[in-house]
Amino acid sequence: MSLATLTKPWAATSYGFLDASAKRELRRKMLKAVAVPGCQMPYASREVPMARGWGTGGLQVTLTLVNPGSVIKVIDQGADDGVNAASIRRFVSSVSGAAQTWDTLDASIIQSRHRIPEEILRENQVLVLQVPDPEPLRDVESNISIARQMHADADYGKLWLTLYEQIVRKGRIMQGASYPALVNGRHVITPSPIPRWDVPKLHMSKHLTILSAGREKRIFAVPPFTRVEPLVFSDRPYLVEDHAGLTCQRSGLSGFFMNELPMDGGGSRFEVSDSNLGIKAIRRTEGEPDGIGDTWYRNGEYSA
Amino acid sequence: MNLETSSALQRAAPRLMADAPVLTMAGMSRAYGAVQALRAVDVSVYPGEVLGIVGESGSGKSTLLRMMNLEDTPDNGDYRLRLPGRADRNLFELDRYERRMLRARHIGIVYQNPHLGLLMHHSSSGNVAERLLVAGERSFEVLRSKARVALDASEFPLARMDARPIELSGGMQQRVQLAKAIALEPSLLLLDEPTTGLDVSVQALVLDTLKRLQRERRITMVLVSHDLGVIRTMADRVIVMRHGAVVEQGLADQVFQDPQHPYTQQLVHAKL
Repeated sequence: MSLATLTKPWAATSYGFLDASAKRELRRKMLKAVAVPGCQMPYASREVPMARGWGTGGLQVTLTLVNPGSVIKVIDQGADDGVNAASIRRFVSSVSGAAQTWDTLDASIIQSRHRIPEEILRENQVLVLQVPDPEPLRDVESNISIARQMHADADYGKLWLTLYEQIVRKGRIMQGASYPALVNGRHVITPSPIPRWDVPKLHMSKHLTILSAGREKRIFAVPPFTRVEPLVFSDRPYLVEDHAGLTCQRSGLSGFFMNELPMDGGGSRFEVSDSNLGIKAIRRTEGEPDGIGDTWYRNGEYSA
Repeated sequence: MNLETSSALQRAAPRLMADAPVLTMAGMSRAYGAVQALRAVDVSVYPGEVLGIVGESGSGKSTLLRMMNLEDTPDNGDYRLRLPGRADRNLFELDRYERRMLRARHIGIVYQNPHLGLLMHHSSSGNVAERLLVAGERSFEVLRSKARVALDASEFPLARMDARPIELSGGMQQRVQLAKAIALEPSLLLLDEPTTGLDVSVQALVLDTLKRLQRERRITMVLVSHDLGVIRTMADRVIVMRHGAVVEQGLADQVFQDPQHPYTQQLVHAKL
């Protein structure tokens, strides 16, 4: 009897690039993050074959969650075909055996930089958001230790004050992406630099969202069916980007978040930011079955 | 006891007798390393009263004020505030969150250094609004109007309510601090050398504002100062501190006109 016959083939259990202890730590931190929604959990962010700031936090979470049966989708600002998105998707697939997809509805894990797909995600899907700066208090308190203390005390007065000051100075809240939101009535998070358009998609959603910052070594989460409320004054309603009336010039879709493309000689054209949704719509115009699922927004109005 | 002291006693006595103290501190001791900053200090403050605390630098008066503002915890001591709807308990047993909420809703403070009390790069109205935000107010229009009322009560020019404190004079900064402190109509207003560093004419204006607020709103105040003139102008009652202990206390007129302790005599005569 040899050692080889007593052990299982390593290839069946060793996948996902990270070693077992790294994945175990990440799993524990993710469980803690889910247990205390919105609370930032520190973790030992590992080296991965990608520069810090290019989605290493999201990649480590994806590599921990992935298995050979997973279906992985990676988007960068809504697009599946960006260089960074394509590289991450191919890498995750090559080290885990997971299938690749562009279709939101087919994916079991969706890693995203700065967008949430327009089609409603299900209970058995996990959204992994890449976060450059996980600390919503960074602008009001540069000392990380004090900021952590402020989170512990739910001391968000200064954060509210920045919103007050924006209305006083500019007449409206100027915060665009990274709009601070209160999770489960307790912790304020930055929902990563997703546009205001996407923040309502996190509220009472069916899917699990995990947000991870590799450079800053922090993980936090929005579990399914959890309240996510943007910080707004009771007499100043939360406003999303005014894209409801725009039409995608490639797919003809309207009522979704658009990319603005400046044109020579002034003016702009718009294309739907969720590239896979645009592809499905183009397919529909060509008479093929489109396969578009339910969307969070209908006719430019949030309706989920 | 001269006639003036006697009349002051008669003026103050009914109030002191009729009401239970709004603030009671007993056996307050605090050491920082080898330095004993407070030695078994007992203090009571009655509703609507202005208590002056005097003493030289290092006598423990600012430490005592920090304790009253729940910014520090003593080695020994019991601190109670009589507040509507709140159980009577030692406030040093509260956790950090409860202390912060109690401070936000019931205790106002004006520091000698406006940099400690204000966010210099936010608007003056925003500084007042921050206190309301911490206490849970979430309507922009209510924040705006309450900030306006508090600044107006502090005689701050409303045309400049959105100016940043960094752009204001020292006297104006103190008025913003005062507006922030009174915005929620606190049960207790703590004043830590509020006029030190201001020129005499501005000092007089700030003191006039404080006196008017005290007269109109009957706010209970604790005023710390090493300037006996300020204490004499403002305080109903005075405690004199030295080396962390209270060496003398009594009605302001009594203490200033008939000081008993040698240190108080030295203080009063040095001033006069």
